[in-house]
Amino acid sequence: MENLIALLVAAPLLGAAVLLCGGRRLDPVGHWIGTVLASASFVIGAILFADMLGKDEEHRALAQHLFSWIPVEGFQADIAFQLDQLSMTFVLLITGVGSLIHVYSIGYMEHDERRRRFFGYLNLFLAAMLLLVLADNYLLLYVGWEGVGLASYLLIGFWQHKPSAATAAKKAFLVNRVGDMGLSIAIMLMFTTFGTFAFGPVLEATGETGEGKLTAIGLMLLLAACGKSAQVPLQSWLGDAMEGPTPVSALIHAATMVTAGVYLIVRSGEIFNAAPDAQLVTTVVGAVTLLFGAIVGCAKDDIKKALAGSTMSQIGYMILAAGLGPIGYVFAIMHLVTHGFFKAGLFLGAGSVMHGMNDEVDMRKYGGLRKHMPVTFVTFGLGYLAIIGFPGLSGFFSKDKIIEAAFAKGGTEGWILGGVALLGAAITAFYMTRVMLMTFFGEKRWQPDEHGHEPHPHESPKSMTIPMIVLAFGSVFAGGFFGIGDRFLHWLEPVTEHTHGHPPIGATTVTLSTMVVLVIGVGLAYLQYGRRPVPVVAPRGSLLTRAARRDLLQDDFNHVVLVRGGEHLTRSLVYVDHTLVDGVVNGTAASMGGLSGRLRKLQNGYARSYAVSMFGGAAILIAATLLMRAV
Amino acid sequence: MNPVNYLYLAALLFTIGASGVLIRRNAIVVFMCIELMLNACNLAFVAFSRMHGNLDGQIIAFFTMVVAAAEVVVGLAIIVSLFRSRHSASVDDASLMKL
Repeated sequence: MENLIALLVAAPLLGAAVLLCGGRRLDPVGHWIGTVLASASFVIGAILFADMLGKDEEHRALAQHLFSWIPVEGFQADIAFQLDQLSMTFVLLITGVGSLIHVYSIGYMEHDERRRRFFGYLNLFLAAMLLLVLADNYLLLYVGWEGVGLASYLLIGFWQHKPSAATAAKKAFLVNRVGDMGLSIAIMLMFTTFGTFAFGPVLEATGETGEGKLTAIGLMLLLAACGKSAQVPLQSWLGDAMEGPTPVSALIHAATMVTAGVYLIVRSGEIFNAAPDAQLVTTVVGAVTLLFGAIVGCAKDDIKKALAGSTMSQIGYMILAAGLGPIGYVFAIMHLVTHGFFKAGLFLGAGSVMHGMNDEVDMRKYGGLRKHMPVTFVTFGLGYLAIIGFPGLSGFFSKDKIIEAAFAKGGTEGWILGGVALLGAAITAFYMTRVMLMTFFGEKRWQPDEHGHEPHPHESPKSMTIPMIVLAFGSVFAGGFFGIGDRFLHWLEPVTEHTHGHPPIGATTVTLSTMVVLVIGVGLAYLQYGRRPVPVVAPRGSLLTRAARRDLLQDDFNHVVLVRGGEHLTRSLVYVDHTLVDGVVNGTAASMGGLSGRLRKLQNGYARSYAVSMFGGAAILIAATLLMRAV
Repeated sequence: MNPVNYLYLAALLFTIGASGVLIRRNAIVVFMCIELMLNACNLAFVAFSRMHGNLDGQIIAFFTMVVAAAEVVVGLAIIVSLFRSRHSASVDDASLMKL
């Protein structure tokens, strides 16, 4: 069975190689190759999963050592895989949602002449993401980490003829680099501290290491997670990443890649458990991002950017849960999986709407689409109910547990974190209801574009609706399946460990208050967008609304602090370079030139003057010899 | 006679030759001065040979004569060809080897 693990990665990697090197003659079949290989990976994953279920909890983890990558004395880097329950969960999510999105893309990208390349990149992404979650050491994880970054860059900038897409791709890449630096520093610290970077030895050795070092490693890992998972302060790239094709937003920027940070923190759980300061920072980052993303999501009129704000906010929940330690790890991953279903479904729904509306993304120009797109409406609606935490649906089970765990943190911290999580739930209900009402309810607000074409909203083809239906099923039932009887908890517990928290208020109270804030959020959104007609041109709005439309001034902040600051720094460095460094170099050169100009005069061409030097030299030598003898 | 006197003479001759090389311009005279220096050395060798009572100095003196003869051949040939090309035997005219 172990030998199948490498195949998981190899199948999509093969697809990427064939599709990207195969050239134009593969154009007619390229999308099928990509989809079949992605599905093959899913089938292998399912086989491994079935095999894993057949064993007892203690013997479920599989390991495969492929080959030694860099074998140096004292530095062993191996290409080796590890498949435990945590990796398995990710493998199924990645390949499952990935395959569905491959199918969806067949229809969505039908009229794009570079469709083969698109599927090549998607396969490349799957391979890198699987490598990331299957690696058994941090170095190989880093390879996958960079691989998904590359795939994300290529796919955000897939329509590179649009300057906005090209810029967004560059922005995502650069911001991610900052986080990647964190991961590489963390790996170097691990190597100097533990002498290895394989998960097993590193995580076992945390008990004998000083807390300071572990805090440093934890904070660097958190920085890496912030970059990849779009958490404050490295969140600015995710909104712009929506320039990519919608299936990419669904797969990479909602369901899988952006959750890699959560995986990293949960996988490194032992390090965080032993470093309470790093955990505290993690929860703060999660709580801040949770509100940040939710507020941004409330103000955006671009449907994809509103969903991107929501993604940021939901990952904030996961990071918050991961920062809580053993009381939260399982729920972080559970929310991650349910979020993977409903957010991918919501994005695919958004893509379906755009498909029918001539790629219009402004929700103010939608309205009343439920009659024109019944399937999209129902699937999107189920995803909507799941994300706001409607009782019985996925989000209800996973988010509720996180809120409960946040309260269970204890003390003032617990109250603050729990309160923030509850507030986030209310805002989630508000902005998702807003998206729902603006898109599918009310009067039609679309108008002919400048060429006089009026959009004719229509239902998308089967290849697009079927994945949406499957994901909608997941959004409805996954949470209940995982949550009832703590099935997911028992499944993951052997890897991540779990301790039951004791919230200061009862679980029922938490659930009830979640319901109350849910109703408040939905009600407010209904009063604002359901009762009154939605204006086609956005009103000026309050100061907060305007700031939220500009992503709470994140880009302005980055511009003033980082870009301007960087410019000043480089300018002063250039000044120092010109005056000091160049001064020394030029001064040396000038004095050498002057000296050699003098020396040159000795070479006057007169044989006699050379003879004088010779005689003089000989005389000095003789005098010196005599002197030495005399002494 | 005290052989040291020969050494004084050799030193005098060498000095005359050396100053001639440095001061005179005519290539032939410079050349003659070089010969004078060589012969001053020969005189010193022979004097030392006499003082130490062995023949090493005398043998070296013979060698020097042979080398000097060969040198004369080459040197005079250079001077003659120099004179032919420039119609002058001044060493200062041949000062092209400079920056």
